[in-house]
Amino acid sequence: MPERVETRVAYGEALLALGRARQDVVVLDADLYRSTRTVLFAEAFPERFLDLGIAEQDMVSTAAGLAASGLIPYCNSFAMFITARCYDQTRIQIAYPGLPVKLVGSSAGLTQGPDGASHQSLEDISLMRGLPNMAVVVPADDVETHQATFAIAGWPGPVYLRLGRYPTPRLFDESYRFEVGRMVRMRDGGDLVLFACGHMVAKALEAAELLARDGLQARVVNVSTIKPLDAEPVRREAAGVQRAFTVEEHSIIGGLGSAVCEVLAEEARVPVTRLGVRDQFGESGLADELLAKHGLQPEGIRSSVLRALG
Amino acid sequence: MVTPQEIRRLERLAAEMRLQIVRMMGPGKAHHFGGSLSAADLVTALYFYKMRFDPANPSWPDRDRFLMSKGHSVPAQYAALAMLGVLPLEELATLKQLGSRLQGHPAMHYTPGLEGCTGSLGQGLSYANGLALAARLQGRSYRVYCLLGDGELHEGQVWEAAMTAPQHRLTNLTAIVDQNGLKAMDAVAAAKDLEPLDERFAAFGWAVRRIDGHNMAEICAALDWATSQSERPAAILARTVKGKGVSFIENQVAYHNVALTEAQHAAAIAELTARLQEVTGCQSA
Repeated sequence: MPERVETRVAYGEALLALGRARQDVVVLDADLYRSTRTVLFAEAFPERFLDLGIAEQDMVSTAAGLAASGLIPYCNSFAMFITARCYDQTRIQIAYPGLPVKLVGSSAGLTQGPDGASHQSLEDISLMRGLPNMAVVVPADDVETHQATFAIAGWPGPVYLRLGRYPTPRLFDESYRFEVGRMVRMRDGGDLVLFACGHMVAKALEAAELLARDGLQARVVNVSTIKPLDAEPVRREAAGVQRAFTVEEHSIIGGLGSAVCEVLAEEARVPVTRLGVRDQFGESGLADELLAKHGLQPEGIRSSVLRALG
Repeated sequence: MVTPQEIRRLERLAAEMRLQIVRMMGPGKAHHFGGSLSAADLVTALYFYKMRFDPANPSWPDRDRFLMSKGHSVPAQYAALAMLGVLPLEELATLKQLGSRLQGHPAMHYTPGLEGCTGSLGQGLSYANGLALAARLQGRSYRVYCLLGDGELHEGQVWEAAMTAPQHRLTNLTAIVDQNGLKAMDAVAAAKDLEPLDERFAAFGWAVRRIDGHNMAEICAALDWATSQSERPAAILARTVKGKGVSFIENQVAYHNVALTEAQHAAAIAELTARLQEVTGCQSA
Protein backbone atom coordinates (compact mmCIF):
# COMPACT_ATOMS: atom_id res chain seq x y z
CA MET A 1 0.00 0.00 0.00
CA PRO A 2 1.57 3.30 -1.02
CA GLU A 3 1.67 6.21 1.37
CA ARG A 4 -1.46 8.37 1.31
CA VAL A 5 -1.11 12.10 1.86
CA GLU A 6 -3.52 15.02 1.56
CA THR A 7 -2.35 17.51 -1.05
CA ARG A 8 -3.02 20.39 1.34
CA VAL A 9 -0.55 18.82 3.78
CA ALA A 10 2.09 18.47 1.09
CA TYR A 11 1.47 22.09 0.15
CA GLY A 12 2.07 23.34 3.69
CA GLU A 13 5.47 21.67 3.78
CA ALA A 14 6.33 22.83 0.27
CA LEU A 15 5.38 26.40 1.11
CA LEU A 16 7.73 26.35 4.08
CA ALA A 17 10.55 25.15 1.82
CA LEU A 18 9.63 27.77 -0.76
CA GLY A 19 9.80 30.45 1.92
CA ARG A 20 13.39 29.42 2.62
CA ALA A 21 14.27 29.41 -1.06
CA ARG A 22 12.62 32.68 -2.08
CA GLN A 23 12.59 35.90 -0.08
CA ASP A 24 9.97 37.45 -2.35
CA VAL A 25 7.25 34.96 -1.38
CA VAL A 26 4.64 36.33 1.02
CA VAL A 27 1.69 34.33 2.35
CA LEU A 28 -1.79 35.60 3.14
CA ASP A 29 -4.54 33.70 4.86
CA ALA A 30 -8.10 34.41 5.94
CA ASP A 31 -8.30 32.72 9.34
CA LEU A 32 -7.79 29.16 8.13
CA TYR A 33 -4.03 28.81 8.49
CA ARG A 34 -4.10 25.60 10.47
CA SER A 35 -6.45 24.03 7.94
CA THR A 36 -4.69 25.40 4.85
CA ARG A 37 -1.37 24.47 6.50
CA THR A 38 0.16 27.88 5.94
CA VAL A 39 0.80 27.83 9.69
CA LEU A 40 4.18 26.25 9.00
CA PHE A 41 5.21 29.23 6.88
CA ALA A 42 3.67 31.64 9.40
CA GLU A 43 5.74 30.25 12.26
CA ALA A 44 8.96 30.28 10.27
CA PHE A 45 8.51 33.64 8.54
CA PRO A 46 6.10 35.74 10.62
CA GLU A 47 7.24 38.95 8.91
CA ARG A 48 6.15 37.57 5.54
CA PHE A 49 2.81 36.19 6.73
CA LEU A 50 -0.47 38.10 6.99
CA ASP A 51 -3.69 36.80 8.49
CA LEU A 52 -6.27 39.24 7.13
CA GLY A 53 -9.02 37.72 9.24
CA ILE A 54 -12.29 36.51 7.79
CA ALA A 55 -12.07 38.89 4.86
CA GLU A 56 -11.25 37.13 1.60
CA GLN A 57 -11.98 40.15 -0.55
CA ASP A 58 -9.60 42.30 1.46
CA MET A 59 -7.03 39.51 1.32
CA VAL A 60 -6.87 39.12 -2.45
CA SER A 61 -6.96 42.87 -3.11
CA THR A 62 -4.14 43.36 -0.61
CA ALA A 63 -2.25 40.59 -2.37
CA ALA A 64 -2.68 42.39 -5.67
CA GLY A 65 -1.02 45.46 -4.19
CA LEU A 66 1.84 43.33 -2.88
CA ALA A 67 2.26 41.67 -6.28
CA ALA A 68 2.29 45.04 -8.04
CA SER A 69 5.24 45.88 -5.78
CA GLY A 70 7.30 42.91 -6.92
CA LEU A 71 6.38 40.31 -4.31
CA ILE A 72 4.89 36.85 -4.97
CA PRO A 73 1.81 36.48 -2.77
CA TYR A 74 0.20 33.11 -2.03
CA CYS A 75 -3.41 33.69 -0.93
CA ASN A 76 -5.09 30.89 0.98
CA SER A 77 -8.58 29.85 1.91
CA PHE A 78 -11.01 27.05 1.19
CA ALA A 79 -11.41 26.57 -2.55
CA MET A 80 -14.97 27.82 -2.59
CA PHE A 81 -14.13 31.08 -0.84
CA ILE A 82 -10.83 31.91 -2.56
CA THR A 83 -12.59 31.64 -5.94
CA ALA A 84 -16.20 32.68 -5.49
CA ARG A 85 -16.15 35.05 -2.53
CA CYS A 86 -13.65 37.41 -4.15
CA TYR A 87 -14.20 36.73 -7.83
CA ASP A 88 -14.63 40.37 -8.81
CA GLN A 89 -11.46 41.42 -7.00
CA THR A 90 -9.51 38.60 -8.66
CA ARG A 91 -10.95 39.46 -12.04
CA ILE A 92 -10.16 43.17 -12.05
CA GLN A 93 -7.17 43.60 -9.78
CA ILE A 94 -5.27 40.37 -10.50
CA ALA A 95 -6.27 38.66 -13.74
CA TYR A 96 -6.83 41.83 -15.79
CA PRO A 97 -3.31 43.24 -15.28
CA GLY A 98 -1.86 39.70 -15.02
CA LEU A 99 -0.32 40.19 -11.58
CA PRO A 100 1.47 37.09 -10.23
CA VAL A 101 -0.83 36.37 -7.30
CA LYS A 102 -1.19 32.66 -6.48
CA LEU A 103 -4.66 31.73 -5.23
CA VAL A 104 -4.58 28.46 -3.33
CA GLY A 105 -7.90 26.73 -2.77
CA SER A 106 -7.79 24.15 -0.03
CA SER A 107 -10.30 21.40 0.80
CA ALA A 108 -11.68 21.49 -2.73
CA GLY A 109 -14.47 19.38 -4.14
CA LEU A 110 -16.79 16.72 -2.78
CA THR A 111 -14.05 15.28 -0.57
CA GLN A 112 -14.36 18.34 1.67
CA GLY A 113 -17.08 16.10 3.05
CA PRO A 114 -19.26 16.77 6.09
CA ASP A 115 -19.51 20.56 5.85
CA GLY A 116 -21.86 20.29 2.92
CA ALA A 117 -22.63 22.34 -0.15
CA SER A 118 -21.51 25.73 1.20
CA HIS A 119 -17.96 24.41 1.54
CA GLN A 120 -17.81 21.93 -1.35
CA SER A 121 -16.35 23.71 -4.35
CA LEU A 122 -17.76 22.16 -7.50
CA GLU A 123 -17.62 25.29 -9.67
CA ASP A 124 -14.22 26.71 -8.74
CA ILE A 125 -12.31 25.41 -11.76
CA SER A 126 -15.02 26.76 -14.02
CA LEU A 127 -14.85 30.19 -12.41
CA MET A 128 -11.07 30.46 -12.59
CA ARG A 129 -10.77 28.96 -16.06
CA GLY A 130 -13.04 31.65 -17.43
CA LEU A 131 -10.68 34.44 -16.43
CA PRO A 132 -8.17 35.60 -19.05
CA ASN A 133 -4.54 35.26 -17.91
CA MET A 134 -5.42 32.82 -15.10
CA ALA A 135 -3.65 29.45 -15.00
CA VAL A 136 -5.38 26.55 -13.25
CA VAL A 137 -3.36 23.75 -11.63
CA VAL A 138 -4.77 20.66 -9.89
CA PRO A 139 -2.01 18.38 -8.63
CA ALA A 140 -2.68 14.67 -8.27
CA ASP A 141 -0.50 13.70 -5.30
CA ASP A 142 1.91 15.01 -2.72
CA VAL A 143 4.96 14.91 -4.99
CA GLU A 144 3.22 16.85 -7.73
CA THR A 145 1.83 19.29 -5.16
CA HIS A 146 5.32 20.00 -3.87
CA GLN A 147 6.59 20.52 -7.40
CA ALA A 148 3.66 22.70 -8.39
CA THR A 149 3.95 24.88 -5.29
CA PHE A 150 7.48 25.78 -6.39
CA ALA A 151 6.76 25.95 -10.13
CA ILE A 152 3.92 28.45 -9.91
CA ALA A 153 6.16 30.92 -8.08
CA GLY A 154 8.09 31.24 -11.31
CA TRP A 155 5.02 31.42 -13.53
CA PRO A 156 4.74 35.05 -14.62
CA GLY A 157 1.00 35.46 -14.13
CA PRO A 158 -1.78 34.55 -11.72
CA VAL A 159 -2.44 30.93 -10.84
CA TYR A 160 -5.24 29.05 -9.14
CA LEU A 161 -3.86 26.00 -7.31
CA ARG A 162 -6.56 23.53 -6.25
CA LEU A 163 -5.85 21.26 -3.29
CA GLY A 164 -7.73 18.65 -1.31
CA ARG A 165 -8.01 17.20 2.16
CA TYR A 166 -8.47 13.61 0.97
CA PRO A 167 -5.60 11.20 1.65
CA THR A 168 -4.46 10.17 -1.79
CA PRO A 169 -1.78 7.67 -2.85
CA ARG A 170 1.61 8.77 -4.09
CA LEU A 171 1.75 8.40 -7.87
CA PHE A 172 5.07 10.01 -8.70
CA ASP A 173 8.59 9.38 -7.51
CA GLU A 174 10.88 12.17 -6.44
CA SER A 175 12.46 12.45 -9.87
CA TYR A 176 9.21 13.79 -11.34
CA ARG A 177 9.33 17.38 -12.58
CA PHE A 178 6.03 19.22 -12.85
CA GLU A 179 5.72 21.93 -15.49
CA VAL A 180 2.80 24.31 -15.82
CA GLY A 181 0.92 23.28 -18.98
CA ARG A 182 2.32 19.75 -19.34
CA MET A 183 0.06 16.72 -18.99
CA VAL A 184 1.45 13.32 -18.07
CA ARG A 185 0.43 9.89 -19.31
CA MET A 186 0.22 7.64 -16.26
CA ARG A 187 -0.84 4.38 -17.95
CA ASP A 188 -0.84 3.08 -21.51
CA GLY A 189 -3.90 1.61 -23.18
CA GLY A 190 -5.47 1.60 -26.62
CA ASP A 191 -9.20 1.21 -26.06
CA LEU A 192 -10.14 4.33 -24.21
CA VAL A 193 -8.54 7.29 -22.49
CA LEU A 194 -9.34 8.63 -19.04
CA PHE A 195 -8.36 12.29 -18.62
CA ALA A 196 -8.32 13.02 -14.89
CA CYS A 197 -7.11 15.63 -12.44
CA GLY A 198 -6.49 15.84 -8.70
CA HIS A 199 -7.70 12.96 -6.56
CA MET A 200 -9.37 11.47 -9.59
CA VAL A 201 -6.07 10.46 -11.17
CA ALA A 202 -5.57 7.75 -8.56
CA LYS A 203 -9.21 6.71 -8.89
CA ALA A 204 -8.88 6.54 -12.67
CA LEU A 205 -5.78 4.35 -12.36
CA GLU A 206 -7.68 1.97 -10.09
CA ALA A 207 -10.61 1.98 -12.52
CA ALA A 208 -8.21 1.15 -15.35
CA GLU A 209 -7.11 -1.97 -13.47
CA LEU A 210 -10.76 -3.04 -13.09
CA LEU A 211 -11.38 -2.40 -16.78
CA ALA A 212 -8.37 -4.51 -17.71
CA ARG A 213 -10.19 -7.46 -16.15
CA ASP A 214 -13.10 -6.61 -18.45
CA GLY A 215 -10.71 -6.79 -21.38
CA LEU A 216 -10.43 -3.04 -21.93
CA GLN A 217 -7.11 -1.25 -21.88
CA ALA A 218 -7.45 2.29 -20.57
CA ARG A 219 -4.93 5.02 -21.13
CA VAL A 220 -4.82 7.37 -18.13
CA VAL A 221 -3.68 10.97 -18.45
CA ASN A 222 -3.07 13.34 -15.54
CA VAL A 223 -4.16 16.80 -16.68
CA SER A 224 -2.70 18.67 -13.74
CA THR A 225 -2.75 21.94 -15.65
CA ILE A 226 -6.28 22.62 -16.83
CA LYS A 227 -5.32 26.02 -18.14
CA PRO A 228 -3.36 26.74 -20.26
CA LEU A 229 -4.35 23.57 -22.11
CA ASP A 230 -2.63 23.04 -25.41
CA ALA A 231 -4.70 21.31 -28.08
CA GLU A 232 -1.94 19.13 -29.44
CA PRO A 233 -1.31 16.88 -26.42
CA VAL A 234 -5.05 16.47 -25.82
CA ARG A 235 -5.52 15.40 -29.41
CA ARG A 236 -2.51 13.09 -29.22
CA GLU A 237 -3.69 11.38 -26.02
CA ALA A 238 -7.16 10.89 -27.49
CA ALA A 239 -5.87 9.47 -30.75
CA GLY A 240 -6.88 5.94 -31.70
CA VAL A 241 -9.27 5.21 -28.85
CA GLN A 242 -12.98 4.43 -29.05
CA ARG A 243 -13.96 7.13 -26.60
CA ALA A 244 -12.43 9.66 -24.26
CA PHE A 245 -13.58 10.14 -20.67
CA THR A 246 -12.94 12.98 -18.29
CA VAL A 247 -12.97 12.37 -14.55
CA GLU A 248 -13.08 15.24 -12.09
CA GLU A 249 -14.27 16.06 -8.61
CA HIS A 250 -16.11 19.08 -9.96
CA SER A 251 -19.17 19.97 -11.96
CA ILE A 252 -19.14 18.59 -15.49
CA ILE A 253 -19.87 22.18 -16.54
CA GLY A 254 -16.83 24.37 -17.00
CA GLY A 255 -14.07 22.20 -15.60
CA LEU A 256 -11.71 19.58 -16.99
CA GLY A 257 -14.51 17.92 -18.98
CA SER A 258 -15.43 21.14 -20.69
CA ALA A 259 -11.80 21.98 -21.41
CA VAL A 260 -11.14 18.60 -23.04
CA CYS A 261 -14.42 18.70 -24.97
CA GLU A 262 -13.61 22.14 -26.33
CA VAL A 263 -10.35 20.86 -27.77
CA LEU A 264 -11.68 17.57 -29.10
CA ALA A 265 -14.79 19.13 -30.63
CA GLU A 266 -12.65 21.57 -32.57
CA GLU A 267 -9.65 19.42 -33.29
CA ALA A 268 -10.66 15.76 -33.44
CA ARG A 269 -13.58 13.40 -33.88
CA VAL A 270 -13.46 11.48 -30.64
CA PRO A 271 -16.65 11.12 -28.59
CA VAL A 272 -16.28 12.25 -24.98
CA THR A 273 -18.11 11.28 -21.79
CA ARG A 274 -17.74 13.64 -18.86
CA LEU A 275 -17.70 12.08 -15.41
CA GLY A 276 -18.16 14.38 -12.46
CA VAL A 277 -20.96 16.08 -10.58
CA ARG A 278 -23.92 16.51 -12.89
CA ASP A 279 -24.98 20.12 -12.34
CA GLN A 280 -25.84 19.70 -8.67
CA PHE A 281 -24.77 21.08 -5.35
CA GLY A 282 -22.96 18.91 -2.86
CA GLU A 283 -24.28 17.77 0.50
CA SER A 284 -22.95 16.57 3.84
CA GLY A 285 -21.45 13.12 3.96
CA LEU A 286 -18.16 11.31 4.16
CA ALA A 287 -15.76 11.87 1.29
CA ASP A 288 -15.88 8.28 0.11
CA GLU A 289 -19.67 8.17 0.33
CA LEU A 290 -19.98 11.32 -1.74
CA LEU A 291 -17.54 10.09 -4.37
CA ALA A 292 -19.49 6.84 -4.61
CA LYS A 293 -22.81 8.65 -4.91
CA HIS A 294 -21.51 10.65 -7.86
CA GLY A 295 -19.91 7.67 -9.57
CA LEU A 296 -16.36 8.82 -8.89
CA GLN A 297 -15.03 5.74 -7.09
CA PRO A 298 -13.14 3.22 -9.27
CA GLU A 299 -16.19 0.95 -9.54
CA GLY A 300 -18.40 3.86 -10.57
CA ILE A 301 -15.91 5.00 -13.19
CA ARG A 302 -15.73 1.44 -14.52
CA SER A 303 -19.53 1.23 -14.75
CA SER A 304 -19.76 4.51 -16.63
CA VAL A 305 -17.09 3.40 -19.08
CA LEU A 306 -18.75 0.06 -19.74
CA ARG A 307 -22.13 1.77 -20.21
CA ALA A 308 -20.71 4.33 -22.63
CA LEU A 309 -18.81 1.75 -24.68
CA GLY A 310 -21.96 -0.39 -24.88
CA MET B 1 3.05 76.34 5.88
CA VAL B 2 2.37 76.63 2.19
CA THR B 3 3.00 80.07 0.75
CA PRO B 4 0.22 82.09 -0.89
CA GLN B 5 2.20 81.99 -4.12
CA GLU B 6 2.28 78.22 -3.97
CA ILE B 7 -1.45 78.08 -3.30
CA ARG B 8 -2.09 80.29 -6.33
CA ARG B 9 0.13 78.09 -8.49
CA LEU B 10 -1.86 75.04 -7.41
CA GLU B 11 -5.19 76.80 -8.01
CA ARG B 12 -4.08 77.63 -11.51
CA LEU B 13 -3.08 74.00 -12.09
CA ALA B 14 -6.44 72.81 -10.75
CA ALA B 15 -8.22 75.17 -13.11
CA GLU B 16 -6.14 73.84 -15.97
CA MET B 17 -6.90 70.28 -14.90
CA ARG B 18 -10.64 70.93 -14.98
CA LEU B 19 -10.30 72.39 -18.46
CA GLN B 20 -8.32 69.34 -19.59
CA ILE B 21 -10.92 67.01 -18.10
CA VAL B 22 -13.88 68.59 -19.87
CA ARG B 23 -11.89 69.06 -23.08
CA MET B 24 -10.83 65.39 -23.25
CA MET B 25 -14.38 64.24 -22.62
CA GLY B 26 -15.77 66.36 -25.40
CA PRO B 27 -19.42 66.70 -26.42
CA GLY B 28 -21.71 63.92 -27.55
CA LYS B 29 -20.29 61.06 -25.48
CA ALA B 30 -21.23 59.93 -22.01
CA HIS B 31 -18.54 60.65 -19.44
CA HIS B 32 -18.24 60.85 -15.67
CA PHE B 33 -18.00 64.62 -15.44
CA GLY B 34 -19.17 65.05 -11.87
CA GLY B 35 -16.73 62.84 -10.01
CA SER B 36 -13.70 63.88 -12.04
CA LEU B 37 -14.40 67.55 -11.41
CA SER B 38 -15.07 67.10 -7.69
CA ALA B 39 -11.69 65.35 -7.31
CA ALA B 40 -9.64 67.83 -9.34
CA ASP B 41 -8.31 69.96 -6.47
CA LEU B 42 -7.36 66.89 -4.44
CA VAL B 43 -5.58 65.26 -7.39
CA THR B 44 -3.79 68.52 -8.18
CA ALA B 45 -2.49 68.87 -4.64
CA LEU B 46 -1.26 65.29 -4.64
CA TYR B 47 0.64 65.42 -7.92
CA PHE B 48 1.84 69.02 -7.89
CA TYR B 49 2.37 69.63 -4.19
CA LYS B 50 2.66 66.51 -2.12
CA MET B 51 3.84 63.41 -3.89
CA ARG B 52 7.42 62.38 -4.54
CA PHE B 53 7.06 61.57 -8.20
CA ASP B 54 9.45 61.87 -11.13
CA PRO B 55 7.52 62.34 -14.39
CA ALA B 56 10.59 61.25 -16.34
CA ASN B 57 10.57 57.93 -14.50
CA PRO B 58 7.00 57.07 -13.48
CA SER B 59 8.00 53.54 -12.45
CA TRP B 60 10.78 54.68 -10.11
CA PRO B 61 10.55 52.16 -7.22
CA ASP B 62 10.62 54.82 -4.50
CA ARG B 63 7.90 57.02 -6.00
CA ASP B 64 4.86 57.82 -3.93
CA ARG B 65 1.80 55.93 -5.17
CA PHE B 66 -1.60 57.37 -5.94
CA LEU B 67 -4.49 54.98 -6.47
CA MET B 68 -7.82 56.19 -7.85
CA SER B 69 -10.13 53.78 -6.08
CA LYS B 70 -13.17 55.64 -7.46
CA GLY B 71 -12.03 54.53 -10.89
CA HIS B 72 -14.63 56.40 -12.92
CA SER B 73 -12.87 59.63 -11.95
CA VAL B 74 -9.62 58.59 -13.63
CA PRO B 75 -9.82 61.42 -16.21
CA ALA B 76 -8.58 63.70 -13.41
CA GLN B 77 -5.53 61.44 -13.06
CA TYR B 78 -5.01 61.24 -16.82
CA ALA B 79 -5.05 65.04 -16.89
CA ALA B 80 -2.47 65.21 -14.12
CA LEU B 81 -0.21 62.70 -15.86
CA ALA B 82 -0.49 64.64 -19.12
CA MET B 83 0.18 67.98 -17.45
CA LEU B 84 3.31 66.43 -15.92
CA GLY B 85 4.43 65.07 -19.27
CA VAL B 86 4.04 61.37 -18.45
CA LEU B 87 1.44 61.25 -21.25
CA PRO B 88 1.34 63.56 -24.28
CA LEU B 89 -1.36 66.18 -23.78
CA GLU B 90 -2.82 65.43 -27.18
CA GLU B 91 -3.36 61.80 -26.17
CA LEU B 92 -6.06 62.86 -23.72
CA ALA B 93 -8.52 63.20 -26.61
CA THR B 94 -8.27 59.43 -27.20
CA LEU B 95 -10.05 58.77 -23.88
CA LYS B 96 -12.16 55.58 -24.08
CA GLN B 97 -11.55 55.16 -27.81
CA LEU B 98 -10.71 51.78 -29.30
CA GLY B 99 -6.96 51.27 -29.11
CA SER B 100 -6.38 54.06 -26.59
CA ARG B 101 -4.11 53.69 -23.59
CA LEU B 102 -6.71 55.71 -21.70
CA GLN B 103 -9.32 53.14 -20.72
CA GLY B 104 -12.67 54.10 -19.26
CA HIS B 105 -11.50 52.90 -15.88
CA PRO B 106 -7.91 52.66 -14.60
CA ALA B 107 -5.82 49.87 -16.11
CA MET B 108 -2.21 49.82 -14.92
CA HIS B 109 -1.08 47.67 -17.84
CA TYR B 110 -2.37 50.22 -20.36
CA THR B 111 -1.34 53.55 -18.90
CA PRO B 112 2.05 54.63 -17.59
CA GLY B 113 1.73 56.20 -14.16
CA LEU B 114 -1.23 54.14 -12.97
CA GLU B 115 -0.63 51.92 -9.95
CA GLY B 116 -3.47 49.42 -10.23
CA CYS B 117 -6.75 48.43 -11.80
CA THR B 118 -9.99 49.74 -10.38
CA GLY B 119 -13.47 50.33 -11.69
CA SER B 120 -15.41 47.96 -9.51
CA LEU B 121 -15.87 50.11 -6.44
CA GLY B 122 -14.65 49.25 -2.97
CA GLN B 123 -11.44 47.42 -3.83
CA GLY B 124 -8.86 50.18 -3.91
CA LEU B 125 -8.17 50.68 -0.22
CA SER B 126 -7.25 47.01 0.26
CA TYR B 127 -4.91 47.28 -2.73
CA ALA B 128 -3.40 50.47 -1.30
CA ASN B 129 -2.82 48.59 1.95
CA GLY B 130 -0.91 46.02 -0.10
CA LEU B 131 1.26 48.74 -1.63
CA ALA B 132 1.90 50.20 1.83
CA LEU B 133 2.73 46.80 3.35
CA ALA B 134 5.12 46.12 0.47
CA ALA B 135 7.01 49.32 1.28
CA ARG B 136 7.53 48.04 4.80
CA LEU B 137 8.58 44.56 3.65
CA GLN B 138 10.99 45.96 1.10
CA GLY B 139 12.38 48.71 3.29
CA ARG B 140 11.15 51.51 1.02
CA SER B 141 10.10 54.93 2.19
CA TYR B 142 7.38 55.73 -0.33
CA ARG B 143 3.91 56.78 0.71
CA VAL B 144 0.56 55.64 -0.63
CA TYR B 145 -2.49 57.81 -1.28
CA CYS B 146 -5.88 56.33 -2.06
CA LEU B 147 -8.82 58.42 -3.24
CA LEU B 148 -12.25 57.00 -2.54
CA GLY B 149 -15.72 58.23 -3.35
CA ASP B 150 -18.25 58.63 -0.58
CA GLY B 151 -20.77 56.47 -2.39
CA GLU B 152 -18.02 53.89 -2.68
CA LEU B 153 -18.01 53.62 1.11
CA HIS B 154 -21.24 51.65 0.81
CA GLU B 155 -19.08 48.74 -0.34
CA GLY B 156 -18.33 46.48 2.62
CA GLN B 157 -14.79 45.73 1.49
CA VAL B 158 -13.81 49.32 2.23
CA TRP B 159 -14.46 48.62 5.90
CA GLU B 160 -12.49 45.39 5.80
CA ALA B 161 -9.58 47.45 4.50
CA ALA B 162 -10.31 50.19 7.03
CA MET B 163 -9.74 47.58 9.75
CA THR B 164 -6.55 46.27 8.13
CA ALA B 165 -4.65 49.56 7.86
CA PRO B 166 -4.73 50.52 11.56
CA GLN B 167 -4.12 46.87 12.55
CA HIS B 168 -0.79 47.06 10.73
CA ARG B 169 -0.14 50.70 11.71
CA LEU B 170 0.17 51.74 8.08
CA THR B 171 1.27 55.28 8.76
CA ASN B 172 2.61 55.47 5.20
CA LEU B 173 -0.98 55.32 3.91
CA THR B 174 -3.44 58.17 3.50
CA ALA B 175 -7.06 57.61 2.52
CA ILE B 176 -8.87 60.59 1.04
CA VAL B 177 -12.63 60.59 0.64
CA ASP B 178 -14.04 62.79 -2.11
CA GLN B 179 -17.23 63.49 -0.25
CA ASN B 180 -19.43 65.07 -2.90
CA GLY B 181 -22.58 63.64 -1.38
CA LEU B 182 -23.93 62.11 -4.57
CA LYS B 183 -23.75 58.65 -6.05
CA ALA B 184 -24.87 57.53 -9.50
CA MET B 185 -28.61 57.73 -8.96
CA ASP B 186 -29.23 59.83 -5.89
CA ALA B 187 -27.77 61.30 -2.73
CA VAL B 188 -25.38 58.95 -0.94
CA ALA B 189 -27.43 59.35 2.23
CA ALA B 190 -30.62 58.31 0.46
CA ALA B 191 -29.47 54.68 0.44
CA LYS B 192 -27.04 54.34 3.34
CA ASP B 193 -26.15 57.40 5.36
CA LEU B 194 -22.40 57.53 6.09
CA GLU B 195 -22.50 60.06 8.89
CA PRO B 196 -20.96 60.59 11.29
CA LEU B 197 -18.19 59.53 8.93
CA ASP B 198 -15.38 61.07 10.96
CA GLU B 199 -16.47 59.14 14.04
CA ARG B 200 -16.74 55.96 12.03
CA PHE B 201 -13.20 56.19 10.67
CA ALA B 202 -11.92 57.21 14.10
CA ALA B 203 -13.65 54.21 15.67
CA PHE B 204 -11.85 51.98 13.18
CA GLY B 205 -8.54 53.40 14.38
CA TRP B 206 -7.76 56.17 11.90
CA ALA B 207 -6.56 59.70 12.46
CA VAL B 208 -9.29 61.79 10.82
CA ARG B 209 -9.53 65.32 9.54
CA ARG B 210 -12.41 67.01 7.73
CA ILE B 211 -11.61 69.67 5.14
CA ASP B 212 -13.10 71.69 2.32
CA GLY B 213 -11.95 69.68 -0.69
CA HIS B 214 -11.85 72.76 -2.89
CA ASN B 215 -9.76 74.91 -0.56
CA MET B 216 -6.18 74.39 -1.71
CA ALA B 217 -4.61 75.67 1.51
CA GLU B 218 -6.73 73.28 3.57
CA ILE B 219 -5.93 70.39 1.26
CA CYS B 220 -2.18 70.96 1.45
CA ALA B 221 -2.28 71.40 5.22
CA ALA B 222 -4.28 68.20 5.59
CA LEU B 223 -1.84 66.23 3.43
CA ASP B 224 1.05 67.51 5.55
CA TRP B 225 -0.88 66.61 8.70
CA ALA B 226 -1.51 63.13 7.30
CA THR B 227 2.15 62.42 6.66
CA SER B 228 3.09 63.60 10.14
CA GLN B 229 1.08 60.79 11.74
CA SER B 230 3.30 58.31 13.53
CA GLU B 231 0.72 55.97 15.10
CA ARG B 232 -2.26 55.66 12.81
CA PRO B 233 -3.10 55.85 9.12
CA ALA B 234 -4.76 59.12 8.17
CA ALA B 235 -8.15 59.66 6.61
CA ILE B 236 -8.95 63.02 5.04
CA LEU B 237 -12.66 63.58 4.56
CA ALA B 238 -12.87 66.22 1.86
CA ARG B 239 -16.24 67.91 1.44
CA THR B 240 -16.60 68.57 -2.29
CA VAL B 241 -19.13 69.60 -4.89
CA LYS B 242 -19.84 67.08 -7.61
CA GLY B 243 -19.16 68.73 -10.95
CA LYS B 244 -17.25 71.58 -9.31
CA GLY B 245 -16.37 74.36 -11.74
CA VAL B 246 -19.15 73.93 -14.27
CA SER B 247 -22.17 75.64 -12.78
CA PHE B 248 -24.91 73.72 -14.56
CA ILE B 249 -23.28 70.38 -13.60
CA GLU B 250 -22.58 71.23 -9.98
CA ASN B 251 -24.55 69.15 -7.49
CA GLN B 252 -26.71 67.66 -10.26
CA VAL B 253 -27.03 63.93 -9.86
CA ALA B 254 -28.16 63.69 -13.49
CA TYR B 255 -24.61 64.57 -14.60
CA HIS B 256 -22.92 61.55 -13.02
CA ASN B 257 -22.33 59.95 -16.41
CA VAL B 258 -23.83 61.85 -19.34
CA ALA B 259 -23.07 63.24 -22.77
CA LEU B 260 -23.01 67.02 -23.06
CA THR B 261 -24.53 68.69 -26.10
CA GLU B 262 -22.26 70.85 -28.25
CA ALA B 263 -23.72 73.95 -26.66
CA GLN B 264 -23.36 72.61 -23.13
CA HIS B 265 -19.79 71.55 -23.79
CA ALA B 266 -18.93 74.97 -25.20
CA ALA B 267 -20.51 76.64 -22.17
CA ALA B 268 -18.52 74.40 -19.83
CA ILE B 269 -15.27 75.15 -21.64
CA ALA B 270 -16.04 78.89 -21.55
CA GLU B 271 -16.69 78.83 -17.82
CA LEU B 272 -13.55 76.84 -17.05
CA THR B 273 -11.46 79.02 -19.36
CA ALA B 274 -12.71 82.12 -17.58
CA ARG B 275 -11.75 80.58 -14.27
CA LEU B 276 -8.29 79.72 -15.55
CA GLN B 277 -7.82 83.29 -16.76
CA GLU B 278 -9.03 84.59 -13.43
CA VAL B 279 -6.52 82.57 -11.39
CA THR B 280 -3.75 83.18 -13.90
CA GLY B 281 -4.40 86.91 -13.75
CA CYS B 282 -4.42 86.74 -9.98
CA GLN B 283 -1.00 85.13 -10.07
CA SER B 284 0.57 87.75 -12.30
CA ALA B 285 -1.04 90.64 -10.40
